Amino acid sequence: MIYREAGQFKSTYASDQAIFPIPQDRVFVLLVAAVALLVPAVASEYWLQAVLIPVLVYAMAAIGLDLLTGYAGQLSLGTGGFMAVGAYSAFKLTTAFPDVNIIVVFLASGLVASAVGIVFGIPSLRIKGFYLAVATLAAQFFLVWLFNKVAWFVNYAPSGTITAPPRSVLGVMVTGPEATPGARYLVALILVAVFALAAKNLVRGRVGRTWMAIRDRDIAAEIIGVRPLSAKLSAFAVSSFYCGVAGAELVFLYLGSAETLAFDIQLSFLVLFMVIIGGLGSILGSFLGAAFILLLPIFLTNAPHAVGLKLPVALAKQLELMAFGALIVFFLIVEPHGLARLWQISKEKLRLWPFPH
Amino acid sequence: MGALGAVLAPFAEMAASPLFLAEVLIGGVAAGLLYALVALGFVLIFKASGVFNFAQGVMVLFAALTLVGLMDRGVPALLALALTIAVMILLAFAIERVVLRPLVNQAPIILFMATIGLTFFLEGFGEMVWGANVKRLDVGIPDTSFKVAGLLVNRLELAAALTAAVLVTVLAIFFQKTRIGRALRAVADDHEAALSIGIPLKTIWVVVWSVSGLVALAAGIMWGAKSGVQFSLSLIALKALPVLILGGFTSVPGAIVGGIMIGIGEKVAEVYWGPLVGGAIENWFAYVMALGFLLVRPQGLFGERIIERV
Repeated sequence: MIYREAGQFKSTYASDQAIFPIPQDRVFVLLVAAVALLVPAVASEYWLQAVLIPVLVYAMAAIGLDLLTGYAGQLSLGTGGFMAVGAYSAFKLTTAFPDVNIIVVFLASGLVASAVGIVFGIPSLRIKGFYLAVATLAAQFFLVWLFNKVAWFVNYAPSGTITAPPRSVLGVMVTGPEATPGARYLVALILVAVFALAAKNLVRGRVGRTWMAIRDRDIAAEIIGVRPLSAKLSAFAVSSFYCGVAGAELVFLYLGSAETLAFDIQLSFLVLFMVIIGGLGSILGSFLGAAFILLLPIFLTNAPHAVGLKLPVALAKQLELMAFGALIVFFLIVEPHGLARLWQISKEKLRLWPFPH
Repeated sequence: MGALGAVLAPFAEMAASPLFLAEVLIGGVAAGLLYALVALGFVLIFKASGVFNFAQGVMVLFAALTLVGLMDRGVPALLALALTIAVMILLAFAIERVVLRPLVNQAPIILFMATIGLTFFLEGFGEMVWGANVKRLDVGIPDTSFKVAGLLVNRLELAAALTAAVLVTVLAIFFQKTRIGRALRAVADDHEAALSIGIPLKTIWVVVWSVSGLVALAAGIMWGAKSGVQFSLSLIALKALPVLILGGFTSVPGAIVGGIMIGIGEKVAEVYWGPLVGGAIENWFAYVMALGFLLVRPQGLFGERIIERV
């Protein structure tokens, strides 16, 4: 009933090809945006710090990996490495040029990650599939090792950690120990909203179509005139840019300080989980996947308490691990196309409701 | 001279003390054979079902944990071994029924993800049943060395090498000569064609997961005896990946040769060139080596040639 498009006529190409062609969707998106902007006023510090900020930061990384794996079909396990490049270059840039706006620093470190991504994307011209995945592991291990070994990257700090220095945007502290969670949340929100919109438009346009052509059948794409060199490398560049910005955000907006351990192979797997559980080839799915994967452990940790069970800490941790693994397998069996697909199905159902057909 | 000299100096070092070089090489071969044992499990499953089984590393851990756990509870060694084998076969049945069968015909990446989910589950399960502390596994072979022609050879490493050799021979015979082996190769070649001539896919999958469970047990025993049964064992799965690339995803001898090459390569690089850049290059050298190799030969040493049609 509420979600019916009868009587809505598209009289121009522009309205037909809009990102949200149905007015109900537009209203819904505006509502979500309004709620998201008002959240810092009502949410507790715990929610902002432990749930909302990481969801936004990881969603950024997930969009990056989704562009590469979901749209361009290049499986990558190097996400953690590219995020580390973003984080460390943001640290180096902002300590070398303290007066530059931190948002500009984020974008610049995204560009650095992008350059590194192109270098490690070169093997994709020769190899594909799981072979490529293993090749990207080289990026993961080499980059993390590099940041661990070369003290220049941490400004010769004996602890080997990078710490977000205090920086402000428009007079408001957004990084460093004095920044409120609300301010950090808003920066993360605006960045991810702008870049999600950019990604959505990118995949609707010429570039996105060449990526999808390569994903679906690379040889056929080459025959109809898509250049694999520029398509694959541009996918690596754009994807690494997103991952780089996400890595910088991870340290500056969420963790506050980090060492290379924060960017190990587990991070790559976590982001890959988000993309696949959310749905490959869907920007919305990246958000859903990030939220799901981050909320699941919190839920699993708190569930025994909620029903009054007192478990020993070690046992609870092991059960959590088991439940996490089992739920991943369960979700893949129930809906291999991810949460985005579930969302689509429910929209379809809403359109016909209350009739079955 | 300068930088180039520093890079080339290790060659002079090698020439100066060939005995030391030989020992480094032997250490590399021993480490490589252990990687190869893990890689072998990958290859078996990939060949028969096209599944990239990330859980192989945790299967190694799980098998070793089960064996040690049983022995700690006073079960005699041989009985514990038999029971562990039974557990691994049971595990294969369970995985086929719960994970693989509902995911038949899904994209490879979905199956890959499912095996990562399986990794989490098995890790939690193994830890819950057998505890998280490091355990010692005593196989009755002392971790000591003896001298052959002036070279130090470790007994344990020698045993691992022999085990790997025996396993590969047995597997090769199994694949080439037995009825099930032929069926396995048919399935690996073409799922649908194999089904249409009446090869039961489910049975084949159970068989192949059982076999790689047993290979995992062998690897687990060897690693466990060397460095204790602990959770870092599951991470050697990652070390097996460059081995796979080097040898090719579909080749059993490739896994062995690739393992030895990676083992030697990373030991030599670590010992001779590691000090130049601050050490610990063992972590990534294998991947870079595999990467360089891939650029020349994308299908690996012994992998089937990839022919693509539109």
